[in-house]
Amino acid sequence: MTSLQRYWDARAALNFILGGSGSGLIIAAAFVQPPNPWPVAAGLALIAAGLLAVWLETGRKLRALHVLFNPFTSWMTREAFAALLLFPVGLGAFLTLKFLPVAAVLALAFLWCQARILRAAHGIPAWRAPQVVPLVIAAGLAEGAGFAVLLVQTQLAAALLAIVLIGRMLAWSAYRAEVTSEALERAGKALQLGALGALLLVAASFYVAQAALLAAALAVGTGWWLKFSLVTRAASTQGFSLPRQPVRGTR
Amino acid sequence: MTRWAIVADLRRCVGCQTCTAACKQANGTPPGVQWRRVLDLETGEYPEVKRAFVPVGCMHCDEPPCMHVCPSTATRKRADGIVTIDYDLCIGCGYCMVACPYDARAKVDGVATKCTFCVDRIDAGLAKGLQPGVDPEATPACVNSCIASALHFGDADDPESNISGLLAENQSFRMHEELETGPNIHYLWDKAP
Repeated sequence: MTSLQRYWDARAALNFILGGSGSGLIIAAAFVQPPNPWPVAAGLALIAAGLLAVWLETGRKLRALHVLFNPFTSWMTREAFAALLLFPVGLGAFLTLKFLPVAAVLALAFLWCQARILRAAHGIPAWRAPQVVPLVIAAGLAEGAGFAVLLVQTQLAAALLAIVLIGRMLAWSAYRAEVTSEALERAGKALQLGALGALLLVAASFYVAQAALLAAALAVGTGWWLKFSLVTRAASTQGFSLPRQPVRGTR
Repeated sequence: MTRWAIVADLRRCVGCQTCTAACKQANGTPPGVQWRRVLDLETGEYPEVKRAFVPVGCMHCDEPPCMHVCPSTATRKRADGIVTIDYDLCIGCGYCMVACPYDARAKVDGVATKCTFCVDRIDAGLAKGLQPGVDPEATPACVNSCIASALHFGDADDPESNISGLLAENQSFRMHEELETGPNIHYLWDKAP
């Protein structure tokens, strides 16, 4: 007796989609050569857009600062603190690239918090599985690497995309082995086929450079679809069960 | 220590929903929001079908996931085990709602709400020297209203309490114990062996 949760909709999904991609992009920016400030700016913009989307979902918007009150146990508070640190450091990295490693570490912390937000939601079996953490992180890294390819178009960025795509495929396989969800079937298949296609396109990009752009679009699109499905379509509640039947009357 | 809990005797519950109506009347919840519900659960396959009525709501867990995830500290747990929500702190993010394995929360006027175990009645009753679970004035409305005496309220930490007696005399389970939340609604299903 389960039902689909209706409390978090596309606005919450956008936080995971855009926040994951943005933080992944800032992390990827730390590996891109030559260093480029624009991926950092784009990453911060994506994260800001995601946070704006989830803010629109809150019931009492003017109390937004209350989100900072529980760093001891709430991953949502920790995500907010990571964002608070990431934005000034990221801005610094945009202005002078020597801050880029610190920004990348903070972006990873932000991404980690996002993954743990889902993991801590005990009421949703598809989220509370431990395997959701590496899946969300790998998805964010892959989308970020995809954006990096789109923005800087270097072979190194394409190679980075290939590596994280393999990680995302492994993370999905591990998650899929633990969680069975019909709502994720199509998005999961698209994720794996998209990653395979993207890997082939990355290989092809050594001969035709534009193939990397298509690989990046595939990586981003399939990752976004999966996260949208995970948050809005696969989020069935725990439901109720009756381990024992009441024994009435004479036996 | 005191740990308030409800004992629901599944052998007695007839699914009349009087507790649901009493809760709505006592707490003024809006249409569509039910802090106390009674599920009508069918199990098995024809012709071996069984039916049971199961009162559910906030379980006032020992380890409430809703409290741990709450970013604003609006959700708290009192020393007597009652899980509360401070409506002035809640931002209505809905995180507690997806964290609760018992689907016990609803958003009203932008904030999370749920069963309070009629905490106002308990506190007012205790101030008057009454005993919750024994004196109706200090007992949750749903328990008072139950026509079949299926619902009981009391202190689970007091071995002499009404509900400790019921738990000792009967076999019981709690919903989704495997999640280790320590729910404080106990379901009686048979006499003790």
